[in-house]
Amino acid sequence: MSTGNGAAAVRASAVHISGLKKIYGEGDAAVHALRGVDLDVPHGDYVAIMGASGSGKSTMMNIIGCLDVPSAGGYRLDGIDIGSLDEAQLSVVRNRKIGFVFQSFNLLPRTSAFENVELPLVYGGVRRLERRRRALAALELVGLSDRVDHLPNQLSGGQQQRVAVARALVNAPSLVLADEPTGNLDTHSSYEVMGLFDRLNAVGRTIVVITHEEDIAEHAKRFVRLVDGRIVEDHRLSPADGLPPKLGAAERDHTPRATPRTVAGG
Amino acid sequence: MRIIEVFRFALRGLRANKLRSGLTTLGILIGVGAVILLIAVGQGSGEAVQARIDSLGSNLLLITHQSSAVGRAASTRGGTQSSTANLTPAIAQDLAGSDQDPDVSVVAPVASTSVTATFQGASTTISQVVGSYPAYLPISNDVVSQGASFTTDDVNHANKVVVIGQTVVTDLFGSINPIGQTIQMNNVPYTVVGVLASKGGGSTFNDPDDVAVAPLSTVQDSLTGFGSLSEIAVQATNANATNAAQAEVTNLLLAYLNETTGTEQFTVTNEASLLSTAQSTTQTFTVLLAAVAAISLLVGGIGVTNIMLVTVTERTREIGIRKALGAPKGAILGQFLIEAVFLSVIGGALGVVVGVAGSRFTIDGIKPVLVPSSIALAFGVSAVIGLVFGSLPANRAAKLHPIEALRHE
Repeated sequence: MSTGNGAAAVRASAVHISGLKKIYGEGDAAVHALRGVDLDVPHGDYVAIMGASGSGKSTMMNIIGCLDVPSAGGYRLDGIDIGSLDEAQLSVVRNRKIGFVFQSFNLLPRTSAFENVELPLVYGGVRRLERRRRALAALELVGLSDRVDHLPNQLSGGQQQRVAVARALVNAPSLVLADEPTGNLDTHSSYEVMGLFDRLNAVGRTIVVITHEEDIAEHAKRFVRLVDGRIVEDHRLSPADGLPPKLGAAERDHTPRATPRTVAGG
Repeated sequence: MRIIEVFRFALRGLRANKLRSGLTTLGILIGVGAVILLIAVGQGSGEAVQARIDSLGSNLLLITHQSSAVGRAASTRGGTQSSTANLTPAIAQDLAGSDQDPDVSVVAPVASTSVTATFQGASTTISQVVGSYPAYLPISNDVVSQGASFTTDDVNHANKVVVIGQTVVTDLFGSINPIGQTIQMNNVPYTVVGVLASKGGGSTFNDPDDVAVAPLSTVQDSLTGFGSLSEIAVQATNANATNAAQAEVTNLLLAYLNETTGTEQFTVTNEASLLSTAQSTTQTFTVLLAAVAAISLLVGGIGVTNIMLVTVTERTREIGIRKALGAPKGAILGQFLIEAVFLSVIGGALGVVVGVAGSRFTIDGIKPVLVPSSIALAFGVSAVIGLVFGSLPANRAAKLHPIEALRHE
């Protein structure tokens, strides 16, 4: 736990965005998805980005996730100027710095939980034994040690999303980026997954969750509301280097299998 | 990121769709197998023709009636249009006696027919019964392997003796020694005095061993009658002199026909050159077969492209996920390229197996002869096809934009 907070003091912000604009199309048909967004997310922060559909939050997520490039403005991820990178470098950044969690899980079909979690490590060039150790640790962290060899279609939605979270964590990224992570889950599974995020943040993992559900946003330390491509509200619920607001409640309902120490190690 | 991992992903992709992968492989398999097998068939028939040429004697000319030589190649005509003039032993003797044909070494008149031969209840049809002089045997490259040839004396006395080919021996005698036995040819008794060595190699044409050779006078007397001869066999002094000999014989025949006002047309045929033509036809045939096979290989290659395009479209989302997780472009390109190459190489390898196995069978009377270079070529082409035809879909996959790929349902 001390590692995450201690590092945040000297490191550049996990995400630093200034004057970010994104325009699709040209001329009269141009759509201004983002109209100048400034956002600074320090390490260890837990941010919920909210907004109705069409507010630009998906565009924001794509740019933060290095899947898309802005039309104007600067973006630094962990101090790296993303705008100056070419495609090959972007894929390395995606691999090392970002862990994605998607609404629709996006696990590879016909591929076991273990192999799904291992995938970022494969593309990261990690050796087989090390891969195995880290992937199993990540699966244990999300409480799926007994589902290692299950295929996605043999897992419930909540379990699949937890595999996806394990996959997002396995490379120890600077930023976990979750796009509507509970959008396809029932209440109970949503609770489980958000509790997982809370515990991850408690040990210093920086998390950005994009959602339109208020009760999901309440898990975050801070929420940012987007309307028509602009930030209209940036509200902090608790300090960036403290515990997430709902952690206590989540831990009362679910006895976590993994302790925060294990997370820091992963 | 090591290549072996990309390989693993590619194999997993292929395994996920076994039937589809199998059918695509089958396309290449058929193409490669067809190339190897059809080239082997072409080569086999070419070698059969070559064997036939070798067994004929390369310096043989045949004089026949024009009518029996319609459509034949490598022939020249003697005389002009008219009604009847028979090929007779007298013409043969004239040719043999003339000093205007220095390139001709031996002349043998031939009366040939086919007969039903029986021996102690065994019966066979001898498709070629030749009545001629003893000189016929060396001309036609026949060697007496057992017993002896008939003699000029036999010809003069019309003795009922015969020299038979290996096929006839097998059909009539089995394991009995035929020498000295009497066989019935169209119910005429002939005594077997000799057996010819097998020539073999004639499976596409008439069996050269299905033959019996007897004195000309005997055959005319008992089988064909004394009408026109079937042909007069002429041997040139050597293989290079056949064209000269052909011209000389033609001139002599023209002169003969002018003198005797009997104005039948004869044809002088160079049998070896005729077969050479057949051989070049066979080569053309081989090229055509190979072309058809190559087209089927090409179609198989297009099948690979088609399936890989479908696969890439179908797995767009997977590609998006991989890219979001940090897969470099090269890894995606490699994965799909390896899938395509694997499909075609496996198909190629199985095609080689099928082609080689298929060429062990005799096909339509032709014993295929494997051409090693065709195996290497077909297999190499199948690998190249995987690379070339796989690169389009693989490139498409590698160029997919991660956001759009992830959105793909």
